[in-house]
Amino acid sequence: MKKELGITILLIVLCATTAILNHRFLGAANLENMARLIGMYGIFSIGCGLIIITGGIDLSVGSVFALQGVLLAMALRDWHWYWPVAVLATIVGVMLLGLFHGVMVAKVGMQPFIVTLCGLLFYRGLARFIAGDETKGFGSEGFGMLRRLATGDVGPVPMPFVILIVVAVISYVALHRSVYGRYLFAVGCNEDAARFSGINSRVIIGSAYVVSMALAGVSGVLIAFYTNSISPANHGSFYELYGIAAAVLGGCSLRGGEGSILGIVIGAALLQVLQNLVNLLGIPSALNFSVMGAVIFFGVLVDQVLRQRRGRRAQ
Amino acid sequence: MPAPLLELKHITKRFPGVLALDDVSLSVGTGEVVALIGENGAGKSTLMNILGGVHQADTGEIWVDGRRVTIRTVADAIALGIGFIHQELNVIDNLSVAGNVYVGREPTWCGPLRLIDRRRIARGCELYLKRLGLNVSPHTLLGDLSLAQQQMVEIAKALSQNARLLIMDEPTSSLTLSETERLLAAVRDLSEHGVSIIYISHRLGEVGVCADRVVALRDGRNAGELPRGEISHQKMVSLMIGRKLEDLYVHGRGAQQPRYFEVEGLRTRYRPRHKISFDVARGEILGFAGLVGAGRSEMAQAIFGVDPPLEGRVRLDGRELTIHNARDAIKAGIFLAPEDRRRMGLILEMVVRENVTMAGLKQCSRWSLIRFDREVEVARRQVEALRVKTPSIETKAMNLSGGTQQKVVLAKWLSLEPKVIIFDEPTRGIDVGAKAEIYRLMRDLADRGVAIIMISSEMEEVIGVSDRIAAMHEGDIAGFLAREQFSEEAIMNLVVGGEPA
Repeated sequence: MKKELGITILLIVLCATTAILNHRFLGAANLENMARLIGMYGIFSIGCGLIIITGGIDLSVGSVFALQGVLLAMALRDWHWYWPVAVLATIVGVMLLGLFHGVMVAKVGMQPFIVTLCGLLFYRGLARFIAGDETKGFGSEGFGMLRRLATGDVGPVPMPFVILIVVAVISYVALHRSVYGRYLFAVGCNEDAARFSGINSRVIIGSAYVVSMALAGVSGVLIAFYTNSISPANHGSFYELYGIAAAVLGGCSLRGGEGSILGIVIGAALLQVLQNLVNLLGIPSALNFSVMGAVIFFGVLVDQVLRQRRGRRAQ
Repeated sequence: MPAPLLELKHITKRFPGVLALDDVSLSVGTGEVVALIGENGAGKSTLMNILGGVHQADTGEIWVDGRRVTIRTVADAIALGIGFIHQELNVIDNLSVAGNVYVGREPTWCGPLRLIDRRRIARGCELYLKRLGLNVSPHTLLGDLSLAQQQMVEIAKALSQNARLLIMDEPTSSLTLSETERLLAAVRDLSEHGVSIIYISHRLGEVGVCADRVVALRDGRNAGELPRGEISHQKMVSLMIGRKLEDLYVHGRGAQQPRYFEVEGLRTRYRPRHKISFDVARGEILGFAGLVGAGRSEMAQAIFGVDPPLEGRVRLDGRELTIHNARDAIKAGIFLAPEDRRRMGLILEMVVRENVTMAGLKQCSRWSLIRFDREVEVARRQVEALRVKTPSIETKAMNLSGGTQQKVVLAKWLSLEPKVIIFDEPTRGIDVGAKAEIYRLMRDLADRGVAIIMISSEMEEVIGVSDRIAAMHEGDIAGFLAREQFSEEAIMNLVVGGEPA
């Protein structure tokens, strides 16, 4: 809990500042839209965080969204698949990509950065080729159930946010309360020692890529129906970096072995609040990425300084 | 009588919460080899860090050549001719030997371009290498050298900075026997050429060989000195721990059930052409002697399944086992306390509780969820049973001393049901007091019916602890020795490939 304190304070300060400067921040419509985005981004950020905890990284998420979106649109509109089958098939397909990454990393021993960087390039190209480089969409009719998942609400709360809460609770238990979670941290800290304690480190590391892609598959469906049209050249681009940024802001160390679900979720929320702040405070939207980069930079910098000071005091 | 090269007078150093050094004095003559001994935490490192310019004393004086000096930085110490060879070498793997010797003060040419004068540093470097009897080219990449050779390069670096006093902190902790002998020869040679040496080591055998004088520290105070003629193992130990250590080694009831654990025709990836066969009885400690590189650790890791054997049969209590990975071995009750505790034995970033239950977490879980109350109970019980000196079970393993870390590794295995435990260098880097405790634990386990395999490169330890010794030479077991045949000569003869006496 102590680790998440800093970022929680940062989140509150940013919210308060924005709310004071522009009262629309606390308006129902704004809050609802923000929560919806936090939900969609949060789900796959948790996946990215799990991989980072094992000491790996996933750069392919954004391109996977494009590929999945294109295929989902084609399955539903062109091939007329029954919608649960189409959704399930794309999620399973995405998980198979995760399995492939996991095998390459854990069994073959390739570096996660390279495996998923190649994925980032390959899946993007594949998505554009399959779609003939044309924008695919779901039109304005039908698929009510799926649309409700992305744009509907449960009472006042947007559906994606509800799904995020469910996913987060399950992930929390899995990561912080289960044997599997302990093993994830163990292989992330020191794979050799984990192996010497009888932990099947390959399976643990590989599984993180599959679980992460399962979560990406779920948010992929939500994102596709939220945007309603998928232009294969830029659908989901940079999303892998949102995921990584959320995890790092939330206290995951890129060296592995550190991080928490609560932190990742707060990190994902913080990124959306920042986006919102840029819109509401009249900052030129061209500066969007700069604001985000600067805030993450200073957040991590402050954390680093505080940690060093604490370390020195401990000596 | 001329003033000694170095005198430390009444040095006191206080760290927050501890008095690390309390009125400690030390003098070193020109060309003298002074061994500094003491348990971990006795203040050896602090004293040397003060001399080397890493820390500064609160009170006390440092005299060099009869003049009082102040040493504020590492550069000050180097300027006074004090070179420090740390236990963890400060070398750069991807630079050449010459580049390492001259790193930070490379002679340059081409004026303002400041290109490195590679020819000059190679020539300068060669001189020192020859003097140390190190037969490598100055252009060799440092990473291609063995640890012992890298250490020599560090010494060459100190000499090239005109060091007159070398501080060597545990220089032999990761050297093989023959490398150690070469290092000791170099130490003698340096001292004959007028270089003084302060030699810190836990290995009292070496100290006896090379030291002109032994200075012991205990709890941050001078505990006494021994001149050349009086250096003996017993005396050094009693100075260090302040009492006589009659029974560092305890003997047990001995073998109970012969051929309890059998290994037959084991071939490892490391030495695919050699086959190893041996057996251990219940209650027996079988010591594996040998030079580093003889294949003992690889054998242990093959039996434990982390690096599965190419071939070979393993039987426990008459039952044949198939071991493909560590999980299989652990399920069968075969455990390994690995050589490199910090890398393989423990997860340093995790707390004692998590480390203790790392292998047996399933016992403390239901439906794959950890039952934290049960986990705490298991960890507490083990910490108490082994008397692990940790502030709490929530202390990170990295903050514990070497001996305590080793006990945490043991606690992990003892929380399960051990049938066979392989100890690989169980007391490396551990001080005498903690060593005795580890030996006692091993003996207790044996007396409770566990078969124990101990790999050790310390002759004394192998002889003192084992009930029977297997001597390994280049991947083969060169011979077995029963207790009445134990002697350094007999073991040495076997491990270097000679015929059994």
